[in-house]
Amino acid sequence: MKRVFPILALLTAVLLSCALYEALVAAPTEQTMGNVQRIFYYHVPSAWTAFLLFFINFVCSIQYLVRPNPVADKLTNWTVIAIGIAACIAAFVIRPLPEGIEPSSVATTGLAIAGFYFLIRKCFSQPRTDALAVVTAEVGVVFCTVVLVTGPLWARPVWGIWWTWDVRLTSTLVLWLIYVSYLMLRRFSTSGQTPVLAAALAVFGALDVPLVYFSIWIFRTQHPQPVIGGGGSIDPRMLHVLLINWLAFLCFAALVCWSRYRLEILQREVEETQALEALLEPRSSR
Amino acid sequence: MHLDASPVVTLTSVFKQFGRFAALRGVTAEFTSGRLYAILGDNGAGKTTLLRVLAGLAQPTRGTVSILGTTKLRSVCHELGYMAHPSLLYDEMSGMENLRYFARLYGISDLTNNDPTQKDEGGAANMTAVGLDPALARPVAQYSQGMRQRLSLARALLNDPKLLLLDEPFSNVDSGSAREMVLLLSRLRSAGKTIFVVTHQALLLEGTADEFVWMEAGQITNRARELRPVETR
Amino acid sequence: MSKSSAVPSGVTGATLAKDLRLEWRSKDALNSMLFFSLLVVVVFSFSFDPNAEESRQIAGGLVWVAFLFAAVVALNQTWARELRNHVLDAYRVSPAPANSLFLAKASGNFIFVAVLEILMTPLFIMFYKLRALGPAWQLIPVAALGTWALVVNGTFFAAMSLRTRSREIMLPLLLFPVSIPALLAMVNATTAILTGELSAKFWIVLLSTYDVVFTIACLLLFELVLNAE
Repeated sequence: MKRVFPILALLTAVLLSCALYEALVAAPTEQTMGNVQRIFYYHVPSAWTAFLLFFINFVCSIQYLVRPNPVADKLTNWTVIAIGIAACIAAFVIRPLPEGIEPSSVATTGLAIAGFYFLIRKCFSQPRTDALAVVTAEVGVVFCTVVLVTGPLWARPVWGIWWTWDVRLTSTLVLWLIYVSYLMLRRFSTSGQTPVLAAALAVFGALDVPLVYFSIWIFRTQHPQPVIGGGGSIDPRMLHVLLINWLAFLCFAALVCWSRYRLEILQREVEETQALEALLEPRSSR
Repeated sequence: MHLDASPVVTLTSVFKQFGRFAALRGVTAEFTSGRLYAILGDNGAGKTTLLRVLAGLAQPTRGTVSILGTTKLRSVCHELGYMAHPSLLYDEMSGMENLRYFARLYGISDLTNNDPTQKDEGGAANMTAVGLDPALARPVAQYSQGMRQRLSLARALLNDPKLLLLDEPFSNVDSGSAREMVLLLSRLRSAGKTIFVVTHQALLLEGTADEFVWMEAGQITNRARELRPVETR
Repeated sequence: MSKSSAVPSGVTGATLAKDLRLEWRSKDALNSMLFFSLLVVVVFSFSFDPNAEESRQIAGGLVWVAFLFAAVVALNQTWARELRNHVLDAYRVSPAPANSLFLAKASGNFIFVAVLEILMTPLFIMFYKLRALGPAWQLIPVAALGTWALVVNGTFFAAMSLRTRSREIMLPLLLFPVSIPALLAMVNATTAILTGELSAKFWIVLLSTYDVVFTIACLLLFELVLNAE
């Protein structure tokens, strides 16, 4: 495992430089927005990475809560499998799908959810899912901050406004707020069972985000707002640059998460060793 | 029932750590039913933690606890009575009001009698047994510390528990009332209850306790039927 | 004296009755809360002083932010009495289910915050010369659902913040992000009813969904939070 890290680091460096070049130089200039549009290659991959990391945090939180209880554990396993199957079925049965959503992406999302869940379950023991949860929350907040900073930076020159309450930006802001409060809970907690409290908060957050999305969507249909980023089709050359940037960001996120995870595990091992030492050494009575 | 010598509490290699501080280090012991155990030791020896683990308020970091034949402590919690350093009572309510409310938590509804003129048999009896006047309408905030201790004991007895866990029941109680409490405990023990008393006043229990248990640095260091004048190290 | 190993019933009712009785007796928290609510209304009235037409547009937001502040102050003292003498230990040792305690506390908070709202509303109507152009009766389900949304999560996070430092600031810190969709729904529903321009139906449905989802989540997870050492 130790040799993979430097290789990944090297790969990340290469990918990031490549992606930077592509984004700033090689990619075609956008028609209406000009060079400012290039920030899009940082804004969107950061968002996707942040969402992925928060999703992993959610999976870890659920597992941390559910694994000690065999009944709940089984129930959750079957629910996840059902979600995967339902997504596959829905992708090909539901007609017509909402605009912009392909059947393949629905099926892939469902399978990816199930895949991630069982992969994490297999590779991480229950205490380690908590470590992974901390790591993904921290790195996710960083990427989410990037999204929230690049968004206004892009919007101002192009649309003349710093902020708008459109669906995506607002949902991202709420997600950021939830996870900052998650990190604060972890820092301020005095309980011996901080992981349980934090996991409960993550579950609440995960339940909240779809509701936020839906509520802003209703709000927007009642009060139309400018949309940052726009929808619609994207030039294939731009898509190519976008995907390279995303790959680079993912590798970078994996690198940072891995380092942080190793640090977290080491810290926990040190604490455990110190606790064991305290057990074994004779204690003087106070 | 008090001739039954089956173990009512079994601790197997119980550890309890709070971060780096080990409150209990590998406690292994068996306690039989129908006996009164006095738990002695200096501050920080782990006596309170032991009681909290038995009450189900603290989960052992390692090891198992078996009470009344089961390790699922939640299923036998209606047979436990617990009394701690803090009074576990509402300062704003009177004695009987407190007892009536806590009785509801145990599903005892014939105590909840809103007619103040009618005597609530169970609760009133409990209060009288600990030497308090059931008719006292004063809120607990105005009780003396000793009265609060006694009411706390009455609360622990509400559900007629098989196992009583008492943490320093005699602190701040005058010697006369303390002796009465000891007599009460002795009667309860004769009725078949198992009683754990954590106390610094070991002399009060001399002649009453079936066994004295000394704890030090999170372990049980000695058990004896007699209270010796000098504690062994 | 009856005693059984079955789960005791009526604990929620008994706990709620006890809390209401104690609150009525001391009236300390109640009085200070009522006065605080009055102050909030007055301060808001000085800060935002629109004419009758504009007031209908912004009143929804104003009123609910004011209610939110009042609710946070009320929620912060949810467990104050239980903390004083470690009464929660007595509760945890008993066979009474954790959810009964949660429901009792949440209901108590609901009643408490509802009383504050009932006090603050006429003042707002007076200061802002409010009149509902839409179906005014709809304000009642909006207020009820909205208050429950704040209170159910607030009681849960109040219990969570018992295990943290800076307890009083942790409660709003945890509560506000999660309450954003509910807040949006409450404000928009109220504005829709006051201005009569749009239907509040969607918002009421959203609020109901929010309430159901989070009440279930709180009931499932409260025992873990209560027993976190």
